[in-house]
Amino acid sequence: MSDTHSGHESSGHQSSSALSPLADPGLPPHIYRRADTEPRAAKKAERQVAILFALSALSTVGFVASFVGIKKDAFIFIPLFGSTQAQQLALGMTLALSLFLIGAGAVHWAKTLMPDHEVTQDRHELRSSDEDRQGVIEVFREGAEAAGLGRRSLIKRTLLGSVGLVTLTPVLLLRDLGPLPGKQLETTNWKAGRRLVTDPDGKPLKASDIQVGAVAHILPEMPEGSELTLNDMVKDPVILVRLRPEDFNLPSDRKDWVHEGIIAFSKICSHMGCAVGLYEQQTHHLLCPCHQSTFDVETGAQVIFGPSARALPQLAITIDSEGYLIAKQGFMEPVGPSFWERSS
Amino acid sequence: MTTGQRIGGNLANFVDERTGAGRALKKNLNKVFPDHWSFMLGEVAMYSFVILLLSGTFLTFFFIPSQEEIIYQGNYAPLSGLSMSQAYASTVDMSFDVRGGMLMRQVHHWSALIFLAAMVVHMMRVFFTGAYRKPRELNWVLGVGLLTLGIVEGFLGYSLPDDLLSGTGIRIAEAIIQAIPLVGTYVAFFLFGGGFPGTIFISRIYTIHVLLVPGIILALITAHVLLVWFQKHTQYPGPGRTEKNVVGFPLLPVYMAKAGGFFFIVFGITTFLGAVASINPIWLYGPYNPSQISAGSQPDWYMGWLDGLVRMAPNWETHAFGHTVSWNILIPGLIVPGIMFTGLALWPFIESWVTGDKREHHLLERPRNAPTRTAVGAMALTFTMVTLINGGNDLLATHFGLSINQIMWFSRIGVFVLPPIAYFVTKRICLGLQHKDRDTVLHGRESGRLVMLPSGEFIEVHEPIDQYARYSLTNHEQPEVVELQLEDAHGVARPGSVKEKIRARLSRGMYGEQVQKPTEKDLLELEDGHH
Repeated sequence: MSDTHSGHESSGHQSSSALSPLADPGLPPHIYRRADTEPRAAKKAERQVAILFALSALSTVGFVASFVGIKKDAFIFIPLFGSTQAQQLALGMTLALSLFLIGAGAVHWAKTLMPDHEVTQDRHELRSSDEDRQGVIEVFREGAEAAGLGRRSLIKRTLLGSVGLVTLTPVLLLRDLGPLPGKQLETTNWKAGRRLVTDPDGKPLKASDIQVGAVAHILPEMPEGSELTLNDMVKDPVILVRLRPEDFNLPSDRKDWVHEGIIAFSKICSHMGCAVGLYEQQTHHLLCPCHQSTFDVETGAQVIFGPSARALPQLAITIDSEGYLIAKQGFMEPVGPSFWERSS
Repeated sequence: MTTGQRIGGNLANFVDERTGAGRALKKNLNKVFPDHWSFMLGEVAMYSFVILLLSGTFLTFFFIPSQEEIIYQGNYAPLSGLSMSQAYASTVDMSFDVRGGMLMRQVHHWSALIFLAAMVVHMMRVFFTGAYRKPRELNWVLGVGLLTLGIVEGFLGYSLPDDLLSGTGIRIAEAIIQAIPLVGTYVAFFLFGGGFPGTIFISRIYTIHVLLVPGIILALITAHVLLVWFQKHTQYPGPGRTEKNVVGFPLLPVYMAKAGGFFFIVFGITTFLGAVASINPIWLYGPYNPSQISAGSQPDWYMGWLDGLVRMAPNWETHAFGHTVSWNILIPGLIVPGIMFTGLALWPFIESWVTGDKREHHLLERPRNAPTRTAVGAMALTFTMVTLINGGNDLLATHFGLSINQIMWFSRIGVFVLPPIAYFVTKRICLGLQHKDRDTVLHGRESGRLVMLPSGEFIEVHEPIDQYARYSLTNHEQPEVVELQLEDAHGVARPGSVKEKIRARLSRGMYGEQVQKPTEKDLLELEDGHH
């Protein structure tokens, strides 16, 4: 290779500083390795590399043996790790060793036995010569001229128009990815008279089933033959909390949304839709584990900390003639995270 | 000539007569690559990607990308009889019923973490050494693209098993999309084929995860490496190394053996982690159900900073004209990340505008010799670290018995206060190190030997350093401030434009304060005993 040259070379160094900097002494003298000068050391390095490769092969044999020899459901107890699937562990350890040793062997080979003389090659400026640049412009100009792009404006315009139009087709094709939102985000399965049943057992509840200080996870009771889908589970879950009636400090229009100290909120966080699953019994706070929005049950789940901007929607509840808890009405606002079309 | 040589020769002849590959190979096989441990970081990222492709292909043979609800009847007893999606059930099955299935899942997840980590650390190396300067700005931009795609790909990947944790993550992603003004609700409904979660998103993100994004990543990596090839690798400065040459080892055999061997080492270590370190045990989380949640819900680390931003956001929301704008989601979820990644991509261009430096650079800079750049980097990292810490505020609170509210307030204030402090401190440290370098060149290195002079005074003996070390400490450039030109070429006064004034200001901030490196003259004076 013509522009490769080994060894020392110094070069002029430019600096914006007017004071002259120290001169480049060139590459420091080469330091030889033991294997370069002593045949015995080289032989030893060769043996080491070969041992690494051989151990790798041995480990692969171990891999095969673990694959056929260890039962899938055998567990082994290892301190610190606990109970582990024996086969997965053996397969992993042997494979890891096989791979690692091949790598270690190759690197050791390169470091001890392959030439370690540093080689110097020249760099060339990446920019093309003015001549080449001019040539390219020339070719383009000639090409454009030959095609008559400049003269035949009718062709140019119709081409641009047709290409522009055809790029719109994917937009149309993607239209059927999903239905339009409609009122889906604003509706739930809650409506007047619908019973509150436990999640996941589906049992209706009487006020006496919930003690002061307790919480219950609730879903709406669905009519015979229809079941809640996961899409319903994003909107319908409710969390029920019972406090002493005098603990509340609710807005006046919501005083009768509570039944004997039992209050119901949407369990879907008004921030990003996680389940607000944590209740602090001492402070009467509901906490969302995702982003720590904290809601105060006493004041109607007003936000007292965290990134959520709105209280959890409250579900008005009462009891039916048999004494079971029912919804007085549906949710009066959309549950879950905000969206552009939401009006409050 | 042996038979092997003859067959090899014939084969080579066949290929060369049809492709002319010989010419290209002759030119490239002994191409020189500079050697430094920090140049391996990008290699780790690339090898991790190969491991991801290999282990991921294995996983596709067993994973069923379907949200069809089934009743689990497999071998993992605790889940027996539960209703779950095919996606979740097939992931559990491959973990417990396929030999090596658990290992491959864990290798895949671990290599994803390593892929992202290696990209970040590689990017830090490139940033702090100024490797992104002309002519490598485009490769920096490609790198930012790769990091972004890597984050998206990782998030989609751990969402596929449809477990409780990943479902919660997808729910949050959906809420971010839904928060986009005007089109958010529609985009969300199109992506999920209707209301969340629907029954189609697993198979959609499956295609995106195994085909679309990896395809783009592969193309970008190819372009990224080809550019390194054509532009030749940068090198650290030192004796014998200049802007016009490249000093190192030839591709064949040394680099081939080292790089090839290193691939196996990375693969081996990743497999070791997959074998011993349990990761994403989805069978413990249970299948996704929107009404359930587990405390301590955490994304993978490369999403942690985003989650931390969302957690610390103030609860601002605007309701006007029958519409809602959720600033509490838009700012941390889209606006701040948008600024961060745009700033990252544009940095090389911003820097070269401020410095007015349009030359090619192939010699790297030591971080201390570019104090402002290093300080800006430290500032950005500090910002990200604070957000990352806040992303784990619940775990920190439970592990260290702290109040979650206090950690949140620490982060909310710290995210504004700590980065400037990091900037200031880093800059001072860099300048201090420059002082130390100057001192070492002029007065030698501290030998640790104390000597008592006849007068009773103790001094430490300094040993002079050799010319190579001396050159290494003095070869860096010390650019000058771009001054505002208040006169034109004819000496007529002209007011500087606003743009020029900003630039002069920034340039002063960047280069206004430097420790003058020692020159030949300083050394001569010293030798004459004039100090």
